[in-house]
Amino acid sequence: MTEVLAARAGQVIRSGVGTKKAIDCEKQSVAGSVSQRACTFCGSRVVLYPIADAVHLVHGPIGCAVYTWDIRGALSSGPELHRLSFSTDLRERHVVFGGERQLEDSLVELIERHHPAAAFVYATCIVGVIGDDVGAVCRTVSEKYGIPVVPVQSEGFQGSKKQGYDAACEALMTLIGTADTDGISKHSVNILGDFNLAGEIWIITEYLRRMGVEVVANLTGDGRVDDIRRSHGAALNLVQCSGSTTQLAIQMQAKYGIPFKKVSYFGIDDMAAALYAVAEHFKDPEMLERTRELVSGEIAEILPVIEECRRDLEGKRAAIYVGGAFKAISLVKALRLLGMKTVLAGSQTGTPDDYEYLTDLCDEGTVIVDDSNPAELSAFLAEGKADLFVGGVKERPLAYKLGVAFCDHNHERKLPLEGFVGMANFAREVRDSVCSPVWQFAPRHQANAAVKEA
Amino acid sequence: MTTKTLPLADQDKTACSTPTKSTSTTNACRMCMPLGACLAYTGFERTVPFLHGSQGCATYIRRYLISHFAEPMDIASSSVGEAATVFGGEANLRTGVANVTRVYSPAMIGLASTCLTETIGEDVDSMIRRIAHPTEGLTAQTGQEIPQLVFAPTPSYAGTHADGFHAAVKAVVVEQAVAGETSQKVNLFPGIVSTADLRHLLEISAGYGVEPILMPDYSDRMDGSSAARYDMIPEGGTTADQVAASGSAQASITLGGLVTPGVDLAGEYLAKTFSVPHSHLPMPIGIRLTDEFTDRLSELSGAEMPTWLAKERGRLIDAYIDGHKYGAGRTAIVFGDEDLVVGVASFLAEIGIKPLLVASGGRSGFLASEIARINPDLPDIEVLDDGDFNEIEARAKELKPDLLIGHSKGYATSRRLNIPLVRVGLPIHDRVGGQRLLHLGYRGTQELFDRVINTLIQVRQDESEVGYSYM
Repeated sequence: MTEVLAARAGQVIRSGVGTKKAIDCEKQSVAGSVSQRACTFCGSRVVLYPIADAVHLVHGPIGCAVYTWDIRGALSSGPELHRLSFSTDLRERHVVFGGERQLEDSLVELIERHHPAAAFVYATCIVGVIGDDVGAVCRTVSEKYGIPVVPVQSEGFQGSKKQGYDAACEALMTLIGTADTDGISKHSVNILGDFNLAGEIWIITEYLRRMGVEVVANLTGDGRVDDIRRSHGAALNLVQCSGSTTQLAIQMQAKYGIPFKKVSYFGIDDMAAALYAVAEHFKDPEMLERTRELVSGEIAEILPVIEECRRDLEGKRAAIYVGGAFKAISLVKALRLLGMKTVLAGSQTGTPDDYEYLTDLCDEGTVIVDDSNPAELSAFLAEGKADLFVGGVKERPLAYKLGVAFCDHNHERKLPLEGFVGMANFAREVRDSVCSPVWQFAPRHQANAAVKEA
Repeated sequence: MTTKTLPLADQDKTACSTPTKSTSTTNACRMCMPLGACLAYTGFERTVPFLHGSQGCATYIRRYLISHFAEPMDIASSSVGEAATVFGGEANLRTGVANVTRVYSPAMIGLASTCLTETIGEDVDSMIRRIAHPTEGLTAQTGQEIPQLVFAPTPSYAGTHADGFHAAVKAVVVEQAVAGETSQKVNLFPGIVSTADLRHLLEISAGYGVEPILMPDYSDRMDGSSAARYDMIPEGGTTADQVAASGSAQASITLGGLVTPGVDLAGEYLAKTFSVPHSHLPMPIGIRLTDEFTDRLSELSGAEMPTWLAKERGRLIDAYIDGHKYGAGRTAIVFGDEDLVVGVASFLAEIGIKPLLVASGGRSGFLASEIARINPDLPDIEVLDDGDFNEIEARAKELKPDLLIGHSKGYATSRRLNIPLVRVGLPIHDRVGGQRLLHLGYRGTQELFDRVINTLIQVRQDESEVGYSYM
């Protein structure tokens, strides 16, 4: 069993073992623990960046912009400004004399070059320290060009991604409610917390269209500034990736009276539940009927794939480490559908509620972990005899080094994993990796084979 | 072959036609200083890189390097938060060092600062002294044996990843090199090269009977084998004993070493402190520049070029001749780290492909003069210092080259302009094996030559209406 740092002891529990206790979470990462988390800036950037017709200007030295250049496959059906990496690229002289002038000149230059519908300015670590008044610069430029220029208070040191989500939501709130809501259907929603990785939001939008539901704004996958400005006219907010945009939904409810539902589009159960929740909300019998038809038709289409993959995967063991625990919940269910048992379920930024649900959901003895690191994760993989690791880019080499199959459920996925079709893609991807012939050569498998023979 | 001594790059910045500079940067052609430092530290045995700053820096850099090397890349962070930003981060640094020591049992922790901790004025050197203090430090406090702590200041605003890399190498050398009776060993500072390049440099050196001290050497750690058990710190890297011996080596060679003014090289430090003669050679890419390198090894060892290497050189010349007509009159834009683009541009020049623009995000100020010095016959090459892909793409539209040669960050430009991209350098995150591409020596040049010429052939073949199966 791996040694967990004393300061992190409360952040690792096992479901169903001993007295039931809540996991510690929502804490600052322990110094030197080699957390898989990024920072506040990352949280803001993740949430806002898919808005495709805005300039996203990172105000700071170059690193923060470099490492976030087009790293997510957030697709756009039109403009692709979000795929460019803009930075004020602060130098020593700016650190000494201040970066406001550099910020203003950069904004002017980029707005004149790209004619965006808005600009977001991300404050990085040193901006506050050198005393730049980002808000004042944004106001000046906004007045000059007549477009929203929105400061995002995303200094990395504020904390984890979570604080960044909140800063992003605050920035979005300044846009929402600034345009006309005429002509919006009474059966209308905003999609919150979906970033259109691999075109996933288009799958969801298409389901909603078939149900007779209008999507007012995507927050933020394939997002547009003008849609967001009138999103307060929608009748319902659907919140996925609850960690990132629940705060926004709460604020929109308080300010505009828009109710929200927390949903997940991963896996058959959760996808169907999300659509039924929408239909039930609008209390329209015809819509409910259309939803039933849609769900049963879609499931019928993918079931053969699921069954075929399940035959190969039955009894295999999976480990999950993702950004938010809400996603981990859907993944445990989806893996169960494939006959797989989850031995590790963890996240960078889960909430107490998410973890409680997750702990109840998982089989006895499953490791539940918050804000983990390579030392722990590699030990949990070995200890749990995992055949599959579901995670992101930073988890991939851990899995591969140990001869464990891998499914990317984060930035770099190129196939949609949401929706019913996404479940089929997920099943195929998991099978392709778990059942690959390459594992026979991996030392871990050879060691296991030798033990079996003996 | 005759031996030539290569002077340092000219001190004068050669005038070059640089496109109009933007105020902002769009799609940078460089990375930040801490990234270079972290990479360098992984090349020293049992060393854990550690960034004093907010958590995001370490995580972003891990992610970035993982997508190039496809290997675990653990970087610790002091996870400086709001309170530490206001009151100072020493407690975080101390806790971080204790935790890394406990979990990783490293021989050394390679510390580097970040924008944040530099801007709030953290005195990391003093903090290290207190943490390592025999009676008041961590050992006295916790009973833990504390690993060696080295520190390189690397604020992103002061330079590039290449600067951070060299700063970290120097920090280790300053900490570990000692005086001694002059040995036959040769210090070799490779700069940022691939794992295959590092292995090949060792092989070439061994061919001359030279015992090199390669600093750093991440060839095993960043290109390791599959394992039954997870190694918290993978094997490999330059040992502390090797670095200690660098102070008594007979000579140092720095490959490339174009850095932002203000950044010192380890080779210069060893020359000043221990009088180890230092030569500054361009990266050995192409025949002429590889000859410079092998001549130097020959001079230091008194040995002739080994037969196998002479054969590789011969085969390369043979290949140049076999393929020369496919490259004739063709043009390229080269971008990436300054050291690498100097080598690639010079290689292109010697096979008859004209580098129209050589661009880098670096800002040593010597890129143009270095290219001009090596290639006096190529008068009108554009050189772009401190450039970004907005500028590179604008020039590419005008210049219409046949090829782009550089790292994966040029893919968007390549796709938009429909100009093929031959991948070299770091990062390569859209191909398998970017970490083990060979660029250096006659063999590396051979591989590069084949890829360049085959790319040109493929374009001709694809564009041909006939569809020739012999080209």
